[in-house]
Amino acid sequence: MIEAPAPFPAEAPVLPRGQALRRGLRANPLLVAGCALVLLIVVIALLAPVLAPFPGDAGTATHPFAVLHPPSGRHWFGTDQVGRDVLSRVLYGARISPLVAVIVLAIACVIGIPLGIAAGYFGGWIDEVIMRVTDVFLAFPSLLLALALAAVLPPSLTSLTIAIAVTWWPWYTRLIRGQAASVAGRPYIDSCRALGIPRHRIIVRHILPNSITPLIVQISLDVGGVILTASALSFLGLGAQDPTPDWGLMVAEGQTYFITDWWVVTFPGIAILVTAFAFNLLGDGLRDLLDPRRSLPA
Amino acid sequence: MTGYIARRVALAALVVAGVIVATFVIARVVPGDPAATWAGPHASAAQVAAARRFLGLDRPPLVQLLSYFGGIVTGNWGLSIHTHRPVLSDIGTAAPASLELVTAAMIIALVVAVPLGLISARWPGGLVDQAIRAGSILGVSMPIFWLALILQLVFTQRLHLLPAAGEYSPGLLFSHPLAQRTGFSLIDATISGNWPMLGSVLVHLVLPAVVVAAYPAGLIARMVRAQVLDTVGETHVQMIRALGYRERAVYARFAMKLAWNPVAAAVALVFGYSLVNTFLVEAIFDWPGLGSYAAASVATLDTPAILGVTLFIALVYVAANLIVDIVQAALDPRIRLR
Repeated sequence: MIEAPAPFPAEAPVLPRGQALRRGLRANPLLVAGCALVLLIVVIALLAPVLAPFPGDAGTATHPFAVLHPPSGRHWFGTDQVGRDVLSRVLYGARISPLVAVIVLAIACVIGIPLGIAAGYFGGWIDEVIMRVTDVFLAFPSLLLALALAAVLPPSLTSLTIAIAVTWWPWYTRLIRGQAASVAGRPYIDSCRALGIPRHRIIVRHILPNSITPLIVQISLDVGGVILTASALSFLGLGAQDPTPDWGLMVAEGQTYFITDWWVVTFPGIAILVTAFAFNLLGDGLRDLLDPRRSLPA
Repeated sequence: MTGYIARRVALAALVVAGVIVATFVIARVVPGDPAATWAGPHASAAQVAAARRFLGLDRPPLVQLLSYFGGIVTGNWGLSIHTHRPVLSDIGTAAPASLELVTAAMIIALVVAVPLGLISARWPGGLVDQAIRAGSILGVSMPIFWLALILQLVFTQRLHLLPAAGEYSPGLLFSHPLAQRTGFSLIDATISGNWPMLGSVLVHLVLPAVVVAAYPAGLIARMVRAQVLDTVGETHVQMIRALGYRERAVYARFAMKLAWNPVAAAVALVFGYSLVNTFLVEAIFDWPGLGSYAAASVATLDTPAILGVTLFIALVYVAANLIVDIVQAALDPRIRLR
């Protein structure tokens, strides 16, 4: 399928890259807020051992005489059902959810991109087979398939990561296939072929780089979704297990004491919300910035 | 049009077949022996072997797959390992409550999100727009199991405004018993004129429905904004403006009309998604639907029940998408030609 080239907007002046970026950022305060929050989360994850007042509480420590203390000057977020400092565990949690998201998305790319390129570039029966398989995967809500998989695998962070990754790649295959098919039909790819450039080189040097931009936007939009899915599975007991300071698991563990001791559930939940919110702001803003059709009228 | 419908139905059937194979494959990778689980922890080797024969697990995988297919088509979705009852009848009992919950959530989401999206698109870039956009991103970033717990704490434990859990006040079962006709409590209460019961179900529905509505509301508000911004610049909308219609009519009547198609498609998709989200919410509110059933099945590692629910929701998902495709093609002739 050959896509007609978009008409070039005559009146829009082409700005130098830096200036265009600055203008885009100024028009989009939500993107700036998202960037700042994501940076903050990364810093917290890196510096957790320094920032946490009780680093040992991220692990198996128990303090039987400090069980379920309300927030105070010593324990800002209170203590949990075995007396661990909730603030320390929430800070250490920043090392888990975002990392799971990065690994899931990396696996999804490793499976999804080659399949999408193959389907889009070669077409024919390869395309048919790959796309019908992705149709089946996309017929499930991804949380559902992840849940069914996680339920039959032994509960651990590894199982959870695999279960989510298995449900995530078909989206990337479909996205890349559309791009690759449109790029493959352009005249310059024909000239590459006519020049005798080998096929793998055409794919790696021309098709891939010219198909990847929408995928990058999609990945940044998906980080928040993966974090929510992972925390939901952990909440159901299908992910991280006890001493791990995983936010979803902390909410699940605090559920029993929630009515009297609200802090055990509240703070890890806020951490999930803020993290997902930060990455969604970033992804949403990036899409607006990279896709001028969606940005605001000047 | 007939050709288009036939093609869409054939594709949907293919997808359903693939879903059945996928659930079968997941069931096969289960670590552990389903026959041993079924027979119980103290069963003898002979009893486990008998259970394996009874469950058909001693046959070759391909034969098992074919009989699994046949079973699903003829309504035999296997026995729940936990309840020892047919999975399909368990699902039939649980599904109406979930469908009711998700439908209520969708109505809340549309009523809240469509006007917000329109306001956002009307004054893009302004303070109100930024606030609505941030709010809608917050909606799709919400860990809903946490929102459920927080709302329950605030509105029932602290403010005592709404009931904590259940589908209706249990006391009503004695004074105003609910006549079971369709299984949908709201419909049953309405057709039998059982007003106290109807009121009780509605009050119990508020919190879970609001929680499930968070994600669709955020999504719909964003979509309405983007779609309306896209259409409002087009010539035919400029024409409406030139004809002297007020700005409000230009947005709410004409630009929104064109936005309904993609919004309807999104609602169909997010309906299935929200049905899965009930897994996280129903158990907290003790809402007797698929989510509670699935959460209990996950806790007891009841594979046939988990796969039955998976299959059922996938079927709802495919059906919802098929209906939207056909309705859109009926409304918009351009789609049929694709």
